[in-house]
Amino acid sequence: MKYIEPFRNGAIARKIARRIAAEADPHRDYYLMEFCGGHTHAISRYGIPGLLPGNIHMIHGPGCPVCVLPMGRLENMIQLAQTLGCIVCSYGDMLRVPTAQGDSLLKQKARGADVRMIYSAADALQIAQQNPQQQVVFLAIGFETTTPPTAVVIKQAQMLGSTNFTVFCNHVLTPSAISHILQSPEIRELGLVRLDGFIGPAHVSTIIGSNPYAYFAEEFQKPVVIAGFEPLDVMQAILMLIRQLNTGRAEVENEFTRAVLPDGNIKAQRLVAEVFELRRSFEWRGLGAVPYSALRIKSRFAAFDAERRFTLPILSVADHKACECGAILRGVKHPRDCSIFGTVCTPDNPLGSCMVSSEGACAAYYRYGRFREHDNADTARMR
Amino acid sequence: MQQAGKKKPVYTRKLDFRHGRVEMAHGSGGRAMTQLVDQLFIAAFDNDYLRQMNDQACFPVGSGRMVMSTDCHVVTPLFFPGGDIGSLSVHGTVNDIVMSGARPLYLSAGFILEEGFPLADLKRIVESMAVAAQAIPVPVITGDTKVVEQGSGDGVFITTTGIGVVPEGVHISSERAKPGDKILVSGTIGDHGIAILLAREDFAFYGTLESDTAALHNLVAVMVQTAPDIHVLRDPTRGGIAAALNEIAHQSGVGMMLYEHHIPVKEQVSAVCEFLGFDPLYMANEGKLIAICAPQDADRLLDKMRAHPLGQNAAIIGEVIEDSHCFVQMETRFGGRRVVDWLSGDQLPRIC
Repeated sequence: MKYIEPFRNGAIARKIARRIAAEADPHRDYYLMEFCGGHTHAISRYGIPGLLPGNIHMIHGPGCPVCVLPMGRLENMIQLAQTLGCIVCSYGDMLRVPTAQGDSLLKQKARGADVRMIYSAADALQIAQQNPQQQVVFLAIGFETTTPPTAVVIKQAQMLGSTNFTVFCNHVLTPSAISHILQSPEIRELGLVRLDGFIGPAHVSTIIGSNPYAYFAEEFQKPVVIAGFEPLDVMQAILMLIRQLNTGRAEVENEFTRAVLPDGNIKAQRLVAEVFELRRSFEWRGLGAVPYSALRIKSRFAAFDAERRFTLPILSVADHKACECGAILRGVKHPRDCSIFGTVCTPDNPLGSCMVSSEGACAAYYRYGRFREHDNADTARMR
Repeated sequence: MQQAGKKKPVYTRKLDFRHGRVEMAHGSGGRAMTQLVDQLFIAAFDNDYLRQMNDQACFPVGSGRMVMSTDCHVVTPLFFPGGDIGSLSVHGTVNDIVMSGARPLYLSAGFILEEGFPLADLKRIVESMAVAAQAIPVPVITGDTKVVEQGSGDGVFITTTGIGVVPEGVHISSERAKPGDKILVSGTIGDHGIAILLAREDFAFYGTLESDTAALHNLVAVMVQTAPDIHVLRDPTRGGIAAALNEIAHQSGVGMMLYEHHIPVKEQVSAVCEFLGFDPLYMANEGKLIAICAPQDADRLLDKMRAHPLGQNAAIIGEVIEDSHCFVQMETRFGGRRVVDWLSGDQLPRIC
């Protein structure tokens, strides 16, 4: 495939791998966090850990849209699905996320609720137009990448004078999550987690640009390399991070120059600013309440805000006791540190949100990487 | 067999195959049902067994081992590029039969029709089924029709059952994969799954991709003749080659190592998968097979497969290895290694 295959070239990968091996200092370890679930997925799917020296550790970040949605908001979604005459629409993975009681939107569907999987925000508005007698709620989730399309449908709904279409807005912001992680006591004070640098988001950065990351690089002295979602992008970004760390630099570099500009997509940013405003605080699964980290619909568009049309209680629901999703999302723990990983919690029967989406750290590790554990265990036994 | 002098019932009105629709009466056991069976099913599948109009078909049994398989067919849309539910329902069951190395002998067909379904579409489906069956050839020797109320079905569901006979000396079974064996696939993967997806969803992708639906009896006959000791054959339908290989790995208690760059995938299939975040390894096939054989048979088998029209793009895609965890692993094109796991639920499009 044109434009894609060149970024999956094995020969070039081996070349970069050799450079990484040659330049990584064998006397130290490198702890690099890939913020985005898209990177987590690419790293697992292409087997990138197998190409890296043992002292480079990839830490999975919280950038998986369904993983960070708190239980309370999920309960709200289920409540909307149970509302008589209501059609709820959302993206595929969202439908499988389990509540603490093991309920999910898909299970609600099996019990008779009208839950629809959609491929784009525009599908939700179309469903509303096709079903004028019913209330249609779009369960909007995701980071800056999925926010502009939500803004577009809200504006379109207003233009159409739609009276049966609302959006349950759960859009969140990447920069606030990164600074929250960096400010967490586990990293800043206790030193429990080592975090030397970030692989910056790909698609998110096409919208927000590379400038917003300058603050972290400067304030926390952590290098950031924005990278595309193809495996060669990730390899190259790792090499760039190693080089920055070896020379004591903490800068924002852009590996994904074919799509990311310093200022990002101004038109998309304007659209978002027109329709949404900052929430004072928003709960993230794993991170807790993060100030100014999410968006809500502006009062000008109140008619399309599901939180205003329906009475939705603010719920704070704790995760399952044994579930380590929270710690995994903060980079404090690895999926293999979770006692229920791969036993009680599997992609077929997920207990935590990280096991649901292919962008979730647990699901990616379960699907693609778990032979490594067995390899290590077998080698240990042989010794 | 139709006896001389047997009277055909007189129907007051001809079935309207242009504008008519399936009615509850077509399944109620009365004259309307007999008329439908007569003018549609028997007319299309015509053979001596059906013409006897018994509730069962009576046929002679030969010596040796027989195989039997049944397959329910539900597909949306009913007509798709490269085929329809009719041809699919013949190919699906015939392929299940021949994956034992057997020669297919007979088929039965059960139809569940939804009230209101256009008779024109039904005729098209039944005729397509008849063409597919006659091409093999394997006669549809018995069948049944039921009609359900509107809203209780999805147009047409078809269940077919097949019977076949296994040649002497052939023992193909999913628990026979052994470490060292080679894994072959008969052609490009994922064509059916993506063709259906494109026909079903309004993604505004346009292409020339067609379902690969085909009966594999001839290809299998050639393969069995070339290497009678083929260990495993499997048609990787739902869940794609990933599901099929995981099943075999567990049934045989072995692991597998695949080589991504040897797996044939059409450019259009990889492009659509790329857009939607799907993996061709999990996409359905309806005219492909996986073969596992001893290493010394592999090249010979591959040559013969490639010489057959349905195996032109055949390839050796991996090998069976020892692994108590029964993992199916893959060396990626990129040079890394990963697990090819079972599919959990449906493949869902990526969000970001």
